[in-house]
Amino acid sequence: MFVKGPSLGLRLLVCVVLALVLMFSDYRYHHMDQVRSALTVVVTPLQWAVDLPSRLWSWGSTTFADRNALLEENAVLKEQALELSSKNQRMAYLIAENLRLRELLKGQKPFDDEFLLGEVIGLDADAFTHQVLVNRGRRDGVYEGQAVVDALGLMGQVVSVSAYTSRILLAADTAHAVPVLVNRNGFRVVAIGSGDIDRLILSHVPDTADIREGDLLVTSGLGGRFPKGYPVAEVSRVRHEPGKPFATVSARPLAQLERSRYVLMLNPQSADLSASDGAAADPASEEGSPSAGESN
Amino acid sequence: MPIIILTFVFHLLLSAMPLPDSLLWLQPEWVTMTLIYWCIALPHRVGVFAGFFLGLSVDLLDGSLLGQNALAMSLVAYLSLMLYQRLRNYGAWQQAAMVGVLIGISLMVFQWIQNLTSVAADSVAFLLPALTSALLWPWFFIALRTIRRRFQIH
Repeated sequence: MFVKGPSLGLRLLVCVVLALVLMFSDYRYHHMDQVRSALTVVVTPLQWAVDLPSRLWSWGSTTFADRNALLEENAVLKEQALELSSKNQRMAYLIAENLRLRELLKGQKPFDDEFLLGEVIGLDADAFTHQVLVNRGRRDGVYEGQAVVDALGLMGQVVSVSAYTSRILLAADTAHAVPVLVNRNGFRVVAIGSGDIDRLILSHVPDTADIREGDLLVTSGLGGRFPKGYPVAEVSRVRHEPGKPFATVSARPLAQLERSRYVLMLNPQSADLSASDGAAADPASEEGSPSAGESN
Repeated sequence: MPIIILTFVFHLLLSAMPLPDSLLWLQPEWVTMTLIYWCIALPHRVGVFAGFFLGLSVDLLDGSLLGQNALAMSLVAYLSLMLYQRLRNYGAWQQAAMVGVLIGISLMVFQWIQNLTSVAADSVAFLLPALTSALLWPWFFIALRTIRRRFQIH
């Protein structure tokens, strides 16, 4: 060989050892997250560049859109705004009533969630995972484990953060699980991602459990990671198999996991920590009553 | 050198482009193909370390385990440096078959680590990109060779 410097085999050895050390420490130790988030800043321009064509497309399609189409869209949006605000009128009254009732019961105040609006700037180009990239990072108060929702339901949670961007693991990923309860009766289950973008699997549902197709699943707040009460999925299929201890139940996520362009990141870090601790402790103290009702 | 880096950046972008899920299984390994091309064409300039840093940037871009692609790509760079004299003399399709094998090896290393650390594929469908890369290789080779000659990179 005419290669100058260390021989080819030695170079490979150095690289392999370096890669193994990196992988081991990334897999094992938490503090590597900081190294990764610092390094990710280097590829952030690439992430923006990947998003550029779709950004240009949406800019172009709004700039050169037909006037009539825009008017029509405007009318639809106005109608929607009216509908939502009329619902909201009753909401204010209901919240006030809820607060009064809670005070009567000496219950805790429900925690008011704050939002940070993020825009999806990248999808993962990997067939094995379901992740998206969002244009908000540590600078904006994003942190690991933060819950993310879209307009319709729970999207997932933040798994890695860099200065300007963060990566969200979607609820349908096989590595994702979320504690939920059936909105109708408070029955608690865990919804696990199936790997298919439009299906979640409910694990260990007893054959006798009261769960039906069409049931709404909302976050239960158990575990303290996801604030409670956010819609997650709708039960799409319940199958009882004789001879098996558990029913096979799958659900369809309500959030538009593969289509949402804008996401809401709940409770950005600027909100003081004691408040979020209170929220985490909150469900634990309240879950006593539904579970007691359920065992009857 | 700037042109070489530009081709790498371009193919990094190409590999990060969003695709429908069904096509993702067939997406050619653009970055690995570029690496193999430059290893064959300019073995004294692009080598194992280039593969390592390229793999590292793929890891950061994809959010995979840090070092996972770096390991696979430095291995590919090593193998193509071992084989470059032979590869240069092969015909187009023979070369394409060899490239398919190299990419298959890198995919297997990647899956092997995936298996150890998280969820891996449950079928050999993860090797499909090696096939599509091999099928596209002759045209890919001509395109990059045109670039190399146009900018006279030695």
